Amino acid sequence: MKTKLLTMAAAAAAIAFGTMAAEAKTKACFIYVGPIGDFGWSYQHHQGALEAQEALGGEEQVELAYLESVPEGADAERAIERFARSGCNIIFTTSFGYMDATNAVAKKFPDVKFEHATGFKRESPNVSTYNSKFHEGRYVQGIIAAKMSKAGVAGYIASFPIPEVVMGINAFLLGAQSVNPDFKVKVVWANTWFDPGKEADAAKALIDQGVDIITQHTDSTAPMQVAAERGIKAFGQASDMIKFGPETQLTSIVDDWGPYYTKRIKAVIDGNWEQVDIWGGMHDGHVVMAPYTNMPDDVKAAAEEAQAKITSGELNPFTGPITKQDGSEWLKDGEVAEDGVLLGLNFYVEGVDDKLPQ
Amino acid sequence: MFEQIIITIATAATPLLIAALGELVVERSGVLNLGVEGMMVMGAVSGFAVALTTGSPWLGVLAAIIVGALFSLLFGFLTLTLVTNQVATGLALTLLGIGLSGMIGESFVGQPGVKLGQIYIPGLTDIPLVGRLFFGQDPIFYLSILLTFAVAWFLFRTRAGLTLRSVGDNHTSAHALGINVIGIRYLAVMFGGACAGLAGGFLSLVYTPQWIENMSAGRGWIALALVVFASWRPLRVLAGAYLFGAVSIGQLHAQALGIGIPSQLLSSLPYLATIVVLVLISRNRRLTLINTPASLGRPFVPDR
Repeated sequence: MKTKLLTMAAAAAAIAFGTMAAEAKTKACFIYVGPIGDFGWSYQHHQGALEAQEALGGEEQVELAYLESVPEGADAERAIERFARSGCNIIFTTSFGYMDATNAVAKKFPDVKFEHATGFKRESPNVSTYNSKFHEGRYVQGIIAAKMSKAGVAGYIASFPIPEVVMGINAFLLGAQSVNPDFKVKVVWANTWFDPGKEADAAKALIDQGVDIITQHTDSTAPMQVAAERGIKAFGQASDMIKFGPETQLTSIVDDWGPYYTKRIKAVIDGNWEQVDIWGGMHDGHVVMAPYTNMPDDVKAAAEEAQAKITSGELNPFTGPITKQDGSEWLKDGEVAEDGVLLGLNFYVEGVDDKLPQ
Repeated sequence: MFEQIIITIATAATPLLIAALGELVVERSGVLNLGVEGMMVMGAVSGFAVALTTGSPWLGVLAAIIVGALFSLLFGFLTLTLVTNQVATGLALTLLGIGLSGMIGESFVGQPGVKLGQIYIPGLTDIPLVGRLFFGQDPIFYLSILLTFAVAWFLFRTRAGLTLRSVGDNHTSAHALGINVIGIRYLAVMFGGACAGLAGGFLSLVYTPQWIENMSAGRGWIALALVVFASWRPLRVLAGAYLFGAVSIGQLHAQALGIGIPSQLLSSLPYLATIVVLVLISRNRRLTLINTPASLGRPFVPDR
């Protein structure tokens, strides 16, 4: 009888202890705009989440929860609020369109930390924003493109004419012009982030019009496959796409959110989380380049040199003199573009063979 | 270059054409299946998975067709046997298909697929200008053209086709004549599913040989619209699909040329052009009414 009681007490203690352990666990929650199987934007955020969990001691320490394909708008607010109520300690909302929803929910839940990707509103002290300087990687790609292209013109498959994308096109061209001042870029707007068929068609159209390098700011691996089929070179997007073009991919800008997510979740665990506004680039490890492949050694060396200079802060892609597409001066010699201007960029630099949709 | 552009157009049009032909037969039998997108994406994932595991793209094509047909059976059972609302059930099928395919395909994301290659006939394929067009594309392209004429012939030149149309026009009369309305509709729905599955397989095995969640990206809905605007005529579906393909590819070329027309307008052109042209060729109201399956979307419960 006595032993039985003891066992029961032990069991009760175990249960109590178990519950305590569960409460001590930190719960990190993620809202994704697309499916985690897109092998692009949302996929990379999810990889970052998994990396952070792994780095902070696995499932024992950090509990992950996520919602995929959450539409931007009213649904998002409900989804975020549900997470906030369900005991999430920190919530990452990973698309620009969640900006207002994130801030609205954050006001109601001051004890929960919120992290909004690519936004600029931080209306309460528990909201941080974070983004990456992908244009740094595009500048390096431009250098490679100009050295590799025989035609002197690259094809750029773009999604929507928002500052982020325009910045990428400009940085790519500036990189290319630093090697070959006459370099041109042809832009095709797919008007979608994700439609493999359409992206493939856009790549085919560009190749048929004589470009011999393809780069993209849309999310699927389709353009890489088309480039491989037609025997030209291309750059990957968001993730390392080398498997889709073993003899085609020059490099790829890899969105690496892992280090940031690890740092921020750790801050919650340690109790020293503070509001930040991060726009991290190569220097902060946010922008990682996939291995430089399928290029001669001198091109690789030039790319590595540019990457090193950008990482050390010696080189800023948007340093004058830079002329706008319409011929007017944007930046004087040596002048560096301000972050605020870049984040609202709505014009091309000289040499883009396209009229920017307004 | 000209040859390449035509082939690109054919590749863009083929999945729309195949899916629309299937849906056309379904609607001609009086059933409205809005689940084309769902069946398509199921076909895409199963075709990709089977081709990758077995290494044979042909087995992938077969799997896409079979899975499409089986998936449509679910719709058939609900709407024909249990007489649920066709619109709601079709929408549910699309949602289910997108979700289920994402789950099945999770481990296939980020893996290069197996491509169903183009055919090559020595001598013929090498003819300048037209060789690759007529003798050097992927086999499913030729199948889709054959299918168009086969469906037209079946619907308007055979007794079985007449029976199917009669079921779609007036199921009560057809039933009174001793025709098995439900049985015929089951077959039509399965044919539609098989076609949608094949169209999906085309996406993941020919168009862009890879699996990505939701990769059909709305093509099922375009196929559905094509059927209506083509006023349920197979040859008009062919015309519509190719017009849509041609304008889609044309606008990309216009952009790459840098002619300075806003890209948003150019992107909407395929939809506008296709609607305008198909409405124009179908503008004879009397003929359109004759072509419209009169029992479309209406449930049928046989009096035993």
